Amino acid sequence: MSDTHSHSVAFVRHDQIPAAPPPAGETGPLKWVRENLFSGPFNTVMTLLGLYIIYSLVVGIFPWIANSVWGTENIRECREITQGNGGACFSVIEQRWQQLLFGFEYPSTQYWRPTTAFVLLFVAVAPVLFLNLPRILLVFTGLYPFLAYWLIWGGTILIPISAALGFVVGYFAFKRLEHNSFATGLFGAVAAAVLTWWVTGFLVGAAPGLIALPEVASRNMGGFMLNMILGTICVSLSLPIGIALALGRQSHMPIIKWICVVFIEFIRGVPLITLLFVANVVLAYFFPPETSLDLILRVIIMITMFSSAYIAEVIRGGLAALPRGQYEAADSLGLDYAQATRLIIMPQALKISIPGIVNVAVGLFKDTTLVSVISMFDLVGMIRGPILSSTDWAGVYWELWAFAAALFFVVCYGISQYSQWLERKLQTGHR
Amino acid sequence: MTIATDPPKESFRLSMLINDTRYRSYTFQAIALLALIVFFSILGNNLAQNLAAAGLNISYEFLGDPAGYDINQQPIPYDSQSTHMRASIVGALNTLIVAFLACVTATIFGVIAGVLRLSNNWIISKLMSIYVEIFRNIPVLIWLIIIFTITANVFAPIAEFRLPRDGSDPERTLIFGMMAFTNQGVFIPKLTLGDSGAFVIYAFLASILGVFGYRGYARKKLFDEGKTIPVLLPSLAILIVPAVLMYFALGRPLGVDLPEMGRFRFEGGLQLRTSFIALWFALSIYTGAFIAENVRAGILAVSKGQSEAAAALGLRSGRIMNLVILPQALRVIIPPLISQYLNITKNSSLAIAVGYMDLTGTLGGITLNQTGRAIESVLLLMLFYLTFSLTISALMNVYNNSIKLKER
Amino acid sequence: MKKSVFLGALTVAGLSAGVAAAGTLDDVKARDMLNCGVTTGVPGFAEPDANGVWQGFDVAVCRAVAAAVLGDSTKVQFVPTTGKTRFTALASGEIDMLARNTTWTFSRDVDLKFEFVGINYYDGQGFMVPSALGVSSAKDLDGATVCIQTGTTTELNLADFFRANNISYEPVPIETGAEAVQQYLAGACDVYTTDASALAAQRANFEAPADHVLLPEIVSKEPLGPLVRHGDHEWGDVVRWTLNALITAEELGVTSVNAEELAGGTDNPEVNRLLGTEGTLGEMLGLDAEWAKRAVMTGGNYGEIFSTNIGEETPIGLARGLNAQWTEGGLLYSPPFR
Repeated sequence: MSDTHSHSVAFVRHDQIPAAPPPAGETGPLKWVRENLFSGPFNTVMTLLGLYIIYSLVVGIFPWIANSVWGTENIRECREITQGNGGACFSVIEQRWQQLLFGFEYPSTQYWRPTTAFVLLFVAVAPVLFLNLPRILLVFTGLYPFLAYWLIWGGTILIPISAALGFVVGYFAFKRLEHNSFATGLFGAVAAAVLTWWVTGFLVGAAPGLIALPEVASRNMGGFMLNMILGTICVSLSLPIGIALALGRQSHMPIIKWICVVFIEFIRGVPLITLLFVANVVLAYFFPPETSLDLILRVIIMITMFSSAYIAEVIRGGLAALPRGQYEAADSLGLDYAQATRLIIMPQALKISIPGIVNVAVGLFKDTTLVSVISMFDLVGMIRGPILSSTDWAGVYWELWAFAAALFFVVCYGISQYSQWLERKLQTGHR
Repeated sequence: MTIATDPPKESFRLSMLINDTRYRSYTFQAIALLALIVFFSILGNNLAQNLAAAGLNISYEFLGDPAGYDINQQPIPYDSQSTHMRASIVGALNTLIVAFLACVTATIFGVIAGVLRLSNNWIISKLMSIYVEIFRNIPVLIWLIIIFTITANVFAPIAEFRLPRDGSDPERTLIFGMMAFTNQGVFIPKLTLGDSGAFVIYAFLASILGVFGYRGYARKKLFDEGKTIPVLLPSLAILIVPAVLMYFALGRPLGVDLPEMGRFRFEGGLQLRTSFIALWFALSIYTGAFIAENVRAGILAVSKGQSEAAAALGLRSGRIMNLVILPQALRVIIPPLISQYLNITKNSSLAIAVGYMDLTGTLGGITLNQTGRAIESVLLLMLFYLTFSLTISALMNVYNNSIKLKER
Repeated sequence: MKKSVFLGALTVAGLSAGVAAAGTLDDVKARDMLNCGVTTGVPGFAEPDANGVWQGFDVAVCRAVAAAVLGDSTKVQFVPTTGKTRFTALASGEIDMLARNTTWTFSRDVDLKFEFVGINYYDGQGFMVPSALGVSSAKDLDGATVCIQTGTTTELNLADFFRANNISYEPVPIETGAEAVQQYLAGACDVYTTDASALAAQRANFEAPADHVLLPEIVSKEPLGPLVRHGDHEWGDVVRWTLNALITAEELGVTSVNAEELAGGTDNPEVNRLLGTEGTLGEMLGLDAEWAKRAVMTGGNYGEIFSTNIGEETPIGLARGLNAQWTEGGLLYSPPFR
């Protein structure tokens, strides 16, 4: 074949031409730019608009950061150095960071305590958030609240130990009595726990100084630490309450159902700020005349009520999403209500609701800033109150608010990224 | 043949209250009810004791007393001699105004950001992600204060609009001779009604109904006969023509009241105060970030096959969005949207941080402050908000049910 | 005791703020701590310094009471309150006394059931305007935008003043002094009104204080003073006479420097009675003999407290004015110690 052709045509190519590179406009970054940024008149306009926005942001913020001042004692020195060139005065953060983080009354020698509690928080939450960690870590999670209480508030270690002991005793009492019926177990557990606390109460009274950290009154909590404390405590307390409310709302018992419905709808119908007003100016009237609860405890009560109503709605969504068959299967196995709920329904419903719960938690954490309106010195209250009205720093707004915004952003963005990761992970089961 | 037998008649024993599932629920409910009653009576008792000890009483008589303070934004006539009740109502109306406007703008922001975040324009979609993440993860209170600070410091000081005392020209003048952005607020022209001006407004409102009617007719025509008739231009015509005709027929009864510089600030026109603008904008842009996420999730929830199928039918991309994607996405978007609207209403109570005189600023602020009637004011405050929330969620649920997929 | 032990076991011991029985004086002694309500921050009157220690004119009153009752001026728990929360905090027993720019008015005294024990600062509501505005009287402010720091009786006085003069204004109520100043300085309001003392204090912090003037009109009487719950007369007497002791000490020339020396005995019987070397005044109050000496030793007499916190040498720079002793043309007039 080739012989004949070699005579009939002048030139025959024997090997294939290497593929030519695509035209310059169809390859590499250029193609990407053209297809992604300038694919049509509308897109081009949007791109230019976007670039302009970025440009003006950079131009606006750059001198502020580039000319920033550190290390001065007060705003007057800052003003002397910047001479109106628009530089930021970050000295305020440098001077007052302890107040911003811990409030102004937490003893500065004790800052390691909340810091340790904060670091340990990650260890404690890890096994809850990442299900592939060894389950034994959950023991630490269980102990964490007592440890954190001791670290942050101080006092003798006997108080958290006896409190923890009460729960442990209660748990074992529950295990012993559970086979009888769930209700018996529950009442037995409560009785055993109360008995333990009563007995250990004398111990605590007898040795109030044993392995004691200096006590810090809850009045003295402030700054970002207060936001963290309120957020963590209220979310963890509102989980069990939220579960109970969700179950109550699904219940077939009309009275229980209506109590839950009224509670949930009432709480969800009013702004958190009015509940904080209640905590601040009304709740005190509802306690027995001779006792008065600290403001922080009243606020914790109200915020917990607030978030448990929202968590109840999320969990109700999870319960509703469970296929009917799960309930029926549990019934057909002869499980009673408590067993079915505990062993079949809740584990699945909670799993579905985790992203929603995390969203509520993030929202609640952000909402803890509202306590500044009722004269508590959280991060925002600290800025609006003592720092901005002090002689040294009156007039430094942007730096302080940028700092506050950055702190919240880091925490909330972290949590929401986790929530998205979890959502993706949970989705794989269904597709 | 089987004989139906009655279940064995057991006599009722007390232990059945705990052990028999038929009766146990009654036991539980009785206990719950009892606990509730005991709980509330303890609270009531404590309250009575505490009040008696402090020599106070619960009384709403203060609502009838003159409030004694002024409110800058008054949807209904009010002066410092009006009652506390009227001050509360002014506050409640201000709450509703800002909440309504913020709902509208938040939806616009949210839809734009949500759609653009899915755009294949890299810069735009990244910008939108940054917007959403930044606003979602920083408390609204901080945003509100930041934006309030911006309005005070970035908008032009009103002093630059004033006529200098030496008779020279002011540094700035009205834009188009009709509006001004100042740090005391935005001043815009106000519509004034002549004698028969109301009729023009009525005509316009009727036109809006007419537009909806026409669109419904177009839709029916499309579904019944498969014909598409032009919608946009006729709608515009229905909207504008009758009102314009009425305006001229009645001898131009509408006027415009332009802002004019007085001794200190613009007089005449409509003033949107900075506190209002800051609150409105902060609520809109903050909630807009959440709505953007809902919108994005809603659009992503419509499976790709739907748009492919629509494309295979030969629909253009605009119609695919309008007729196929959006109606399905809306079903996913509306329920979370309702709760965002409720959040806006509730978050508007943060007005207290910028001095916007909403319900929390009047009833829960100055009234509470001056009368010292804390319990009464806070309870009334909660009642107001509860009414708003329940009404909004009822209205929105009606709407939601009307567009819900009817399952058969 | 048993109850508190039990609460301790419930891990809320740190959270429960103790027990408020009938007698506040006994409570304070039992608690060994005075709970004193102050503002969330007004320079010169009450603000935490860089180390978180509360300083100021109102704070000094709290410290003097603590020194008189507990013998230690540091045994004070300062409870920051806002205009909204202060009365409930006092009524519910959360605080033992309120030393926060609170105006003594009829309705607060009678209707809200509080007892004002005296006046530690005679104030009045004033106006501040930028001098560039060219306003010399508050009556020229027709149509102006007015920033109000809410909380005291400010809004009401303002409404009354403008109504009485039949001129209009645009009120902008702001919660905290810092934010009101920020708005005012940015030009978002033309006038800033609050108590004249606070105006002077805040103007001192401005970048250019000279560009702002205080208008001559003082539109209200603002007698500010500490208050306690109605009905607890023993406690009310303690706070009242501690305040009077500070005022009398200045009148008699007893200062933090010479109090110790004068306590050795002087020829002036009233000084002796004040400092406890003569008579049994302390015992009548339910305190020891040296209560007033300790109160004066804490931050000095009224004049010393005034000059260290808000006087003319401080950045606040207030003149004594109405707050001078009656012997010097002021209104301070303490009943005699006898």
